[in-house]
Amino acid sequence: MLRYVIRRLLLIIPTMFFVALITFSLAHLAPGSPFDKNPNRPLPEETIAHLERYFGVDKPIPEQFVIYIGNLLRGDLGASFVQRGRPVADIIGQGIGITAQLGIQALLLALAFSIPLGIVSALKQNTPIDYLSLLIATVGTTIPGFVTAIFLIYIFGVGFHLLPFVGWGSWQHTVMPTFVLALGPGAFLTRITRASMLEAIRQDYVRTARSKGLREQSVIVGHALKNALIPVATIIGPATAGLITGSFIIESLFNIPGIGRFYVLSINQRDYPMIMSTTLLYAFIIMIANLTVDIVYGALDPRIKVS
Amino acid sequence: MATAVTTRQQQQHAAELNVIARKQRSLWKDAWSRLLRNKAAIAGMVVIVFVAVVAILAEINIGGFHFRLAPFDPVTDQNTPKQLMEPIWTKAFGSKFTDPAFVLGSDELGRDILSRLMFGARISLVVGFVPVAIVFVIGATVGMLAGYLGGWVDNLLMRFTDIIYAFPDLLFVIIIVATLRDTGLGQILGGLILIFVGIAVVSWVGLARLMRGQVLSLKHREFVEAARCVGATPIRIMLRHLFPNVLAPIIVSIAFAIPGAMLTEATLSFLGVGIRPPTPTWGAMILEGFIVFSTTPWPVLLPAFCISIVLLAFTFLGDGLRDALDPRMKL
Repeated sequence: MLRYVIRRLLLIIPTMFFVALITFSLAHLAPGSPFDKNPNRPLPEETIAHLERYFGVDKPIPEQFVIYIGNLLRGDLGASFVQRGRPVADIIGQGIGITAQLGIQALLLALAFSIPLGIVSALKQNTPIDYLSLLIATVGTTIPGFVTAIFLIYIFGVGFHLLPFVGWGSWQHTVMPTFVLALGPGAFLTRITRASMLEAIRQDYVRTARSKGLREQSVIVGHALKNALIPVATIIGPATAGLITGSFIIESLFNIPGIGRFYVLSINQRDYPMIMSTTLLYAFIIMIANLTVDIVYGALDPRIKVS
Repeated sequence: MATAVTTRQQQQHAAELNVIARKQRSLWKDAWSRLLRNKAAIAGMVVIVFVAVVAILAEINIGGFHFRLAPFDPVTDQNTPKQLMEPIWTKAFGSKFTDPAFVLGSDELGRDILSRLMFGARISLVVGFVPVAIVFVIGATVGMLAGYLGGWVDNLLMRFTDIIYAFPDLLFVIIIVATLRDTGLGQILGGLILIFVGIAVVSWVGLARLMRGQVLSLKHREFVEAARCVGATPIRIMLRHLFPNVLAPIIVSIAFAIPGAMLTEATLSFLGVGIRPPTPTWGAMILEGFIVFSTTPWPVLLPAFCISIVLLAFTFLGDGLRDALDPRMKL
């Protein structure tokens, strides 16, 4: 087990390297200089040349990559091109709290409604409750977050003035973004919970538990649910990825100053150091999430042997 | 009681007759008839066909023949005095800003929303089908080779998957599309080709992995052994024996990849890195309309509604196909 964990942790290094390489190459393949963005107010030639020298983008691309990786290993993420040379670490540090809060709230909300919904729907298979929860799950996985967000903003923001929909600050600001962000992963979790619960309640050990006279409640909670939730745990990995990509859209839409919005801005403004750092951060989080899932999976289910 | 027995006997008799009289049906025909019994899937198909017909008829221009179902040109017909008209039915609720010429209203530049939605449907459908076709060809080929031959192809594929899986799909597409936007590739057809490429690059891996897994589980089965014994070449085994047997899950995965690709395009356009304006796409319409959202919500609500309906239609069809092709598959 320990050897497996160590090997997986070591595998993160080459993967991160390739993620960095791909992102770096793509970002620098784009023609033109990152400083000639504004066609209405073009910078003088000398200023561009000076800026390029200052940020080191006048050097050959392979050399820039080596320098970047070197700095990265020393913990230096570089300075933002667009925000007047502000350190990228600063910008990320400022936004990550907000993004993480939003992500965690959304994940908790998703778990809170999806697991009970999935269980009830499996126990009452082919009843109106089941159909309703399947419908919610289908709609939730199909309709994109920004479309749901628009309908919500229309109803609760513009229509009834119940909730603010621009910016960040009070808890009211978090209600709609959290809900929208939770909907996709939550709907997916509902489907998984339902499917795995349906499978669990047909197993022999559940029949045994019932035939030895256990109360229905302890059969469901103590025997079926315990096993049914194992596959659910594996979804945390993809759910994390979903929350991250969801945060780009939701933060842009609701104007929330988290890293998702900074990321979309930096892509549009070709702020290489921001793009690189955020991409690497996301890739790292996802790899850790996937690794955690695999370890937890092995620990939860002794039938699975890691190798 | 007596009647019940007779019916039972009659049924048995009928069943025996059936065994003899019943025509042979292939697995595919069985699946097709199962699909036709699924009401949600039928509804999905109807919606998709309807949208496709509208998208094609939006404007036809072959040789001298010209026909346009759309009432206006989606780009050039800008009627600024008539900007931000509301759909005609809002007149019944007291809206003063309606015009019978603009059935669904107009946007902030006075362009007809109905026409833009019709042309937007074209983009959505093309983006749904073209990249998925590319993904199918590349993914199925690589997955088949990796699964059947193993060796370095397999190793390379698996390492590549590790890297791709560390990127969230959308993140990778955004990086590709945003960085290559100003290259020659990003200029063709307002960036449509680049979107095809971006989606294809990111999603072929998933299909290749699925294919590989299926092939691995089948390649030691008796029918493959038998084919090899009678001297079938590897290519023949892959194409004639393995391919038809792995097709069912591939079809299901493709059915879900189509709405996935459409959603990606809508999201990219919404984030401002998709197809360039003024080409009408549903995602871009939402982005443009968002500026005037608190004045009038229709330029945003209508494309949002269209996206939702089409994505749901494809999902229902995909669910139906999955149930029809493999009744054992769950979820």
